[in-house]
Order: sequence, then C-alpha cells, then structure tokens
Amino acid sequence: MKNYLKFGILILAILGTLGWLAAGGISDTKTYYKTIAELTQMGDSAKEKRLRVGGDIAAGSIERKGAEVTFVMAQEKMQLKVVYNGIEPLPDTFKPGAQALADGKLGADGVFHATKIQAKCASKYEAAPQVKGNPAVRSS
Amino acid sequence: MENLGTLAILLAFCFAVYAVLSSLVGRWTKRPFLVLSGERAVYSIWVLLSVAVGILVYSLIDGDFRLAYVASHSNRTMSNIYKFTAWWGGQEGSLLLWSWLLATYSSVLVFQNRRKLREMMPYVTAVLMTVETFFLILISFVEKPFNVLMSGKGVVDVGDGQGLNPLLQYWTMVIHPPMLYLGYVGFTVPFAFAIGSLLTKQPGEAWIHTTRRWTLVTWIFQTTGILLGAGWAYAVLGWGGYWGWDPVENASLLPWITATAFLHSVMMQEKKGMMKVWNIVLVSATFFLCIFGTFLTRSGVVQSVHAFAQSPLGNYFVAFLATGIAATLYLILNRLDYLKSEAQLESVLSRESSFLFNNLILLASCFAVLWGTMFPVISEAISGEKISVDAPFFNRVNIPIALMLMLLTGVGPLIAWRKSSAESLRRAFTWPALAGVAFSAALFAFKGVRDFYALVSFALCIFVAVTIVLEFFKGAMAIRTKNQMSMPKAMFELTHRNTRRYGGYLVHMGVVFMFIGFTGKAFDQNKTVQVNTGQTVSIGHYQLKIGKVDSGQNNDYQWEIMNVGVIKDGEMIGTLKPERRFYTASKQPTSEVSIRRRLNEDLYLNLAGNSNDGDGNVLQCYVFPLVSWIWMGYWVVLFGTIICLIPSKSRLIYPRTEVVTVGAVQVKAER
Repeated sequence: MKNYLKFGILILAILGTLGWLAAGGISDTKTYYKTIAELTQMGDSAKEKRLRVGGDIAAGSIERKGAEVTFVMAQEKMQLKVVYNGIEPLPDTFKPGAQALADGKLGADGVFHATKIQAKCASKYEAAPQVKGNPAVRSS
Repeated sequence: MENLGTLAILLAFCFAVYAVLSSLVGRWTKRPFLVLSGERAVYSIWVLLSVAVGILVYSLIDGDFRLAYVASHSNRTMSNIYKFTAWWGGQEGSLLLWSWLLATYSSVLVFQNRRKLREMMPYVTAVLMTVETFFLILISFVEKPFNVLMSGKGVVDVGDGQGLNPLLQYWTMVIHPPMLYLGYVGFTVPFAFAIGSLLTKQPGEAWIHTTRRWTLVTWIFQTTGILLGAGWAYAVLGWGGYWGWDPVENASLLPWITATAFLHSVMMQEKKGMMKVWNIVLVSATFFLCIFGTFLTRSGVVQSVHAFAQSPLGNYFVAFLATGIAATLYLILNRLDYLKSEAQLESVLSRESSFLFNNLILLASCFAVLWGTMFPVISEAISGEKISVDAPFFNRVNIPIALMLMLLTGVGPLIAWRKSSAESLRRAFTWPALAGVAFSAALFAFKGVRDFYALVSFALCIFVAVTIVLEFFKGAMAIRTKNQMSMPKAMFELTHRNTRRYGGYLVHMGVVFMFIGFTGKAFDQNKTVQVNTGQTVSIGHYQLKIGKVDSGQNNDYQWEIMNVGVIKDGEMIGTLKPERRFYTASKQPTSEVSIRRRLNEDLYLNLAGNSNDGDGNVLQCYVFPLVSWIWMGYWVVLFGTIICLIPSKSRLIYPRTEVVTVGAVQVKAER
C-alpha cells in the first residue's frame, strides 16, 4: 500500500500545481464579452476589467500613425473609439466594414485601449455570394 | 452533372446504412455472405464518393459558376492548383473530403483484413460505416455540395466567382487541411477496432497489434497538419506567431495529445498487459475529440477568427457525440471484466511509472486546453457572463507541463521496467544531467539569460539530447566490437535491430529540436516604425536601410514592395522585400512578409501599410531566435516515425529480449 501512497502524493502534487497555475492564469487573463451598449452602462466597473468588444469598423475611420492605429467601431447605432498599439500587426482582413473584436480596457477618457484585435471575416468561408436579383440558394 | 453528384452522395448514404446493417446481421446470424456484401458496399461507397468528388473538382476547375459552392470558392483568375484546393475550402466540400477519406481508409482496411480477424471485422466495418453514415447525412441533407444558385425559377450564372481567400493561397495551405483530415479521419480506425474488441470480448492484444502502425501513420499525418498550419501562420499572417491558442488550433491539438498518450501507454499493454481499460478510453477519447474538433470549427459555438461560418450543423454533431460517448462508456463498463490488468505497479522509479506520469501529464494538458477553449461556453452556462481566457492562460499551464514531459522523455526510455535502483539511475543519468546543468549555467553566466523557464528548458533539452546520443553510441559500440563493423554501419545495424526503440529515440530528438525552437520565443525582439526612403532602423544586430518602394499591378492584385537593405556588423548581407498586396476580386489586402531564415535567428519584416498622416510606410521588424529549429525538428520527427514503421530485423533473430548495453547496466530492450 505504501507504493500507492507514493503515487497518490506525486499525482496530487502535480495536479495541484497545475490547478493552481490554471486558476492564476484564468483570473489574470479572463476577458468579458460585452456589447458597446453594455459597456456604456457599466460605469466605473468597466474600467477595471479586461473586456472584449465586437462591432463593425466604421467606414473611413481607420487612421494609422506610426505604431498606433485608431478606428471607430459601431454596433447597433452605438459607437466606440478604439486605440490600438499592440505588437501584432492588424490582420489583413481588418478593413472598413469588417467585423472586429477588440480585447483591452476602457480608458478614463471613454476611448477603448485595445491590446489585441481580431477581424472576423478572415473566415475563409463566407456567406453565399451576392448576385443581382436577390437569388435564393436551392437544391438541384 | 450536379444531379449525378447529388445522386452519388445519396446512393453512398444508402449503401453506408446497408453496410452497417448487413455486417451486424451477418455477424449475429452467422451468414458470411451478408458480411461479404457489407464489405462490398464499403468499396461501392468509395467509388460513388470518388465520382462525386470528381464532379465537384471538375466543376471547380472548369468554372461552373451556376453552383453555389463553385461561385463562392473559386474564380477565373485562380491557378488550377488553388481551384483544386477549393475542394476543401468551404464547409460542404470539406465534409465531402471527410467522407471520401473515411471511405478510402475503410476500403483499404477491409481489403487488408479480408481474410483476417473474421470474428471482429464485421463490427469494425459496422462502426466505420456508422461514422460514414453520419457524415453522409450531413452532405446529403444539410450541407449539400451541389446546390445551384437559383433566382425565382431560373438558374443564375454569376459569370465569375468570389475566389479563395488570398491568405489561403499559399503552398502549405494546399496540403494543410488534407493532412489534418488524414489524421482526424484516421483515428476512426483504431476506435473501430477498440469497439470491435469490446464487442467480441477479446482482451485486446489483437486490436492493439493491428492498429499500432495505423495509429502511428495517422499520428504523423496529424503532426504534419498541425505543423504546416504553424508554418503557414508564421510565414503568412505577418506577426511571426506560429501558435495562438485559437479554438480551431486547439481543436486540432486535443486529439493529437490523447493520441500521443495512447502511442505511449499502448506499450504498457503490449509489454506488461497493463492499462487495458485506459487504452480503450484513450482511443475513444481521441476519436471523439476529432469529431469534437470538427464540430468546434463548424458550429460557431466558440468564436474564432478562422472557423467556418455559423451553420445548423451544431445540433447534429452534439447528438452524434452524445450517443457515441454514451454507447462507448456503456460498452467499456459492461466489459470491464475482460480488461483486467495482468501486472501491478511496483515502484515509483520504474518504466511503468514513467509511462503513467507521461499519460497523466498529457491528459492534464489536454484537459487544460479543452477547459480554456470551452471557457466562454462554460462560464456563460454557470454565471451567465461570457468570459474568455487568452494565450497567457494556456502558456502558463502548458509550459510547466511541457517541461515535465521533456524530463520524462529523457528519463522514461532508460529507466528499468518494474523497479530501478538508485545506483543504475546514477549511472545512466549523471553525465546527461551534468551536461544540461552546465549548459544552462553557461547561458546564465556568459550570455546573461535570466528567463527561468528558458534556462530550465535548455537544460532539459541538452539532458535529453545527451541521453539519446549516448544510447545510440553505447549500443553501436557494443555491436561494433562484437561484429567488427565500422561505426556508421553499427549505428545502422543497431537501429535496424529494433526500429521501434531507435526510431522512437529519433522522434524524441526531433521533439528536443522543436523545444529549442519554442524556447527561442523567450528572446523575441520587435519594433514598429514609420519610415521613409533613406532612413535607417536598427534591431538586434541588424541595421535596416530603407530603400525605395516599388509598386505596380497585375490581373490579380496591386502591389507595393519595399526594398530593405540588411546590414550586420557594418557589412551588407542582403536585401529583404516585404510586400503589400490588394486583391482586386476579393477587395482583400494582404501582406507578404519577407524573412531571412537562419539557424540562430530569423529576421522578419512586415510592411503593415501606409500611414495616414502624410507619407511614409509602417514597417514592423522582428527578430525571432531559433524558430528554424521547430521546422527542422519536424523533419527529424518524420524521419524517426518512418524508422518506427519499418519492421525490425530483430523480430526474426532475437525473439524476446536483447541486451543493448554492456557493463553493469543491463537494460532490457523493448523486444
């Protein structure tokens, strides 16, 4: 039985360490999904949490200046100004009209400081093509 | 044409249902002709699906834009190779690829075993065809590849299609999806055998022997697929990352982890008759994780940048997974008596124990990745708030796991079965351990490396590398003195005598190389600058001289190329040409990074675009140390795996055990 005790202790030690690391990892990196509307209603609590906000990139709003990129995200008539100066370049699909997901924190000035941007239509797999005359897709 | 394709798929579906029923009924009522007709149905399915595939590929290459699938994934200007790859560029086509590959695998398997394993094969066929039926339901009734674009009652021909996303028009992307699928689909086979052995109440040796090689081939396909994806991300996406813990990437990693665990724990069953239940659990878990991965990328359950569009497939997959898992669990619990272990763990310091911990750690990693990936879904279900975790979470858990695995990689193969003495451990590991520690101490003292994990990782890599080299060296020396051979010939002889053991060492060596590459990540440098012609930027040891920007356009895209002269230690060593394109058809900008690849480090330039405040371009410069070791490691892993697949010479000459080292340590080889 002594053997099984040894194994038990080792296994517990390994799993315990990993569990502890995982718990720390979660509490440090957890990001809340919010809509822009929810963001404006959250008040001060919005300024402490890491947030992920989605929206369409407003036409003509993208400005690049050195390493910094600013743009406006729109979602159901609400708008949010976003500043990004992260290390990763913006994805190639990041263009006006595309859906973007911004991870970051809301600044005191009401501008969203993003540390990571994902653009949604990088999906290789887009919806059915837009053809004149509002076509319906039907089985052959 | 498209009607023929649809018909072929529908017929294949009927045949698959028939194959399941006739195999089962034939087995139960002991009528061999029914079993045989079930097997013939398997071949017919392959023929039918090949016809459907042929029609789809022909339509893609020929540009039949009446078809919705062709119109959204191909266009006139694409080269034929990309038109061909558009086969799996979309939901419907890739499901067709899944079904076709499964049909191919099943046919090969049924043919191989047409005279063997007569007890078990009907069940194997039935399981394979049940899975096939599921996928054929999807492409016959939910996501049909041969839909025609209709407007009112007339067929619409759009003239030209949307084309494949230009980001995917890159060579690794041509073979990345089929490689991953070869892996995903291939795991259905060991699973089918495991279920077959449960149903026939066979203890397990038969299915393990039949599927070991199969699992290894499938595993290397999946490894290849994952690394091709990583290589693509590195060379195309512009930020020099090869792994981002995106849900879709994780989906491919999960079954790979359990498959790796299985490849190791299967040795416990072969050699010691232990862990029988566990192996069946691992094989089943791998299979269901493959299905789960397919589900994750297609259902839109978890947000991901490169998932397929949202679709109604989700519910079908959930239903299939739920029934499958429930049935498998029931079977395992029902047959527990036939899966009794033949031996017990005797010591913490033993080969058995190293396998146990290898499995424990791999499974912990699998669970952590799964948990992190599903966190938004789990948190929403529990607290109502959708919360995601990010790359730092995955790294924090998986880096220590990876380091522990590395340690076991060095220790496991050398430690004795049953019980190892402190004395033999000291003999086997003193030099490798000293070498590892000395190497990291030198890095700390002379190179100023202070990153804790990096130091540990380098020490372990050296430790494992030295153990492997010593194994080859000692073994070859023994053969050389005994047979009067030259050293290279003795090495060859040694490997040939036990290909599984020495091929395995080579695979481990490849993994060491990859870890060296991963560790390089700790020393990345990056800089984003706004530059004009004539300016100089410095990063790492390099001075970058910004030359003029050329531009132009062709049929496909407009382009801008920046000429950047690279100077190192005052000497001009080359020119890099990062490029930015704008594809006309898809209105999609892409950046083509320029990389100077070297063994010690890569210099990586990305032209991010024009600046808005007047002239000048935004250039992103990176130095990535040791990245090339990852790709090099892959080739070593591939080579080692191929060695493992070659039958050992020793099987004929040395039936059971063989002494590979001389002196006081008598390590029993695995065979």
